[in-house]
Amino acid sequence: MPAHESAPSTHPNTPSNTPSNTPSNTHPAAGAAAHAQFGGAPVLVAAGLVRRFGNRRAVDGVSLTLQAGDCLALFGPNGAGKTTLLRLLGGLLKPDEGWARLHGHLLPGDASVRHLVGLISHHAMLYAALTTRENVRFAAECQGMRDAERATDDALARLRVADRADTPVRRLSRGLQQRVSIARALVHRPRLLLLDEPYTGLDEVGARALTGALRELKADGAALILVTHHLGEGLALASDAAIMLNGKLVATDRAPREGFDAGAYGDRYRDLVTTEIA
Amino acid sequence: MSATPLSYRSPGFVADAWRLAKKDLLIEFRTRSAFLAACVFALLSVAIFRFTWDATAVPAMDLAPAVLWVIFTFSGLLGLNRSFAVEQADRAMDALLASPMSREAVFAGKALANLVFVVAVQALALPALALFFGLPVGSGWWGVVAIVLLAAIGLSAVGTLFAAVASNTRLAEMLLPMLALPFFVPLIIPAAQASVILLNGRPMADAANWLKILLAFDIVFTAACTVAFPYTLEE
Repeated sequence: MPAHESAPSTHPNTPSNTPSNTPSNTHPAAGAAAHAQFGGAPVLVAAGLVRRFGNRRAVDGVSLTLQAGDCLALFGPNGAGKTTLLRLLGGLLKPDEGWARLHGHLLPGDASVRHLVGLISHHAMLYAALTTRENVRFAAECQGMRDAERATDDALARLRVADRADTPVRRLSRGLQQRVSIARALVHRPRLLLLDEPYTGLDEVGARALTGALRELKADGAALILVTHHLGEGLALASDAAIMLNGKLVATDRAPREGFDAGAYGDRYRDLVTTEIA
Repeated sequence: MSATPLSYRSPGFVADAWRLAKKDLLIEFRTRSAFLAACVFALLSVAIFRFTWDATAVPAMDLAPAVLWVIFTFSGLLGLNRSFAVEQADRAMDALLASPMSREAVFAGKALANLVFVVAVQALALPALALFFGLPVGSGWWGVVAIVLLAAIGLSAVGTLFAAVASNTRLAEMLLPMLALPFFVPLIIPAAQASVILLNGRPMADAANWLKILLAFDIVFTAACTVAFPYTLEE
């Protein structure tokens, strides 16, 4: 459950550092089984994360907690700091202040912690000269998977690109490339999946395959952070939703039992963004 | 908060580096863009030097080492430029850095692929040089090959580091030579001096001091670049 108030930068080893405004309230159905299965310990805890670029605070005191099976849909206008937050949580950037822990391990961590994270963005992060299978297999091997070949086949089948396994990525359409990119990110079954506009360029089949794979990961106990500009697709999977503006989480909401009402949430989003910009 | 024990076991530094090098070489083998450009550059350079050379003014043995090291330096730069461009094209570097592979293994893999590239280009350039300048083929050539290998190790280490630095800028192709060339000088001077000695038919012992300097630079540069590399990746 994300908490939006700016938390002070505190030492990561202090147990009480978990933000007090992160209640472990009931989980929506999709995450409940996974939550019980993984013993209730949070997958991700971040407190007071700050990242500056020059004088600008791209991420400004973000705190959040995600349990197993949670999916946080993160919305915000361009430049709000969403991608920077994902890069901090993915270990690609170091925070200037604050800290984040994944399964209790400080980020950016060593190899064993990075193994828990999957990263998907609107960049495919693929090698155009390699085939679909070579790209996914390379990712599986980089993740230290012993049976990389089997994991590759599974991932390609799950994203419905197995029939293009031996096609060089440069010959695939943008949508297919995105599906291969998702297979690359899911091949090692990460415990924290960071998704930055993953639906960009996907057709209906690809979008359905992605949603199915994400539901599977959630049920398996992974935590997801989904950054998107499309409220409908974000809220469909979300157990939590947050709005980010000027580096801060300005609103956080837990999904009601019947799920988010995309229309009502859209109105709330527009109100907040318009007010902040004005 | 108690941390969940993690069961991940790394495949190891060497396995990681080798996997990355193999991937880079496979991409280069499929596209051949940098390799062909470097080979054309090497052959053209040898031909240009050959046809502008006045054999009555400068003996072949004096000019050939100069030509060799000019080709070596600039054809190497062509491969180095490509090294990180392939990672930046679709932000594949992000996936690599988010993976458990250590930054040092990334450096070693990239440097190894660059080393193979430089050596492969020289495997073409050296016979061309001998042919165009009519150099006698004798046992001294094994020494020259060894010098080229030693210089290639240093060039790959330094070049990989600066290629990583330059790849984060918009002027990567311009910036790389400006950054790397000054650091190539301490490698090229002993390499050139040692190759002059060997190509003139003098014994290996005469070149021993230059070879020691070259080896020392290799060790220092490789170690320093491995340590410095992770810092070049931080935003």
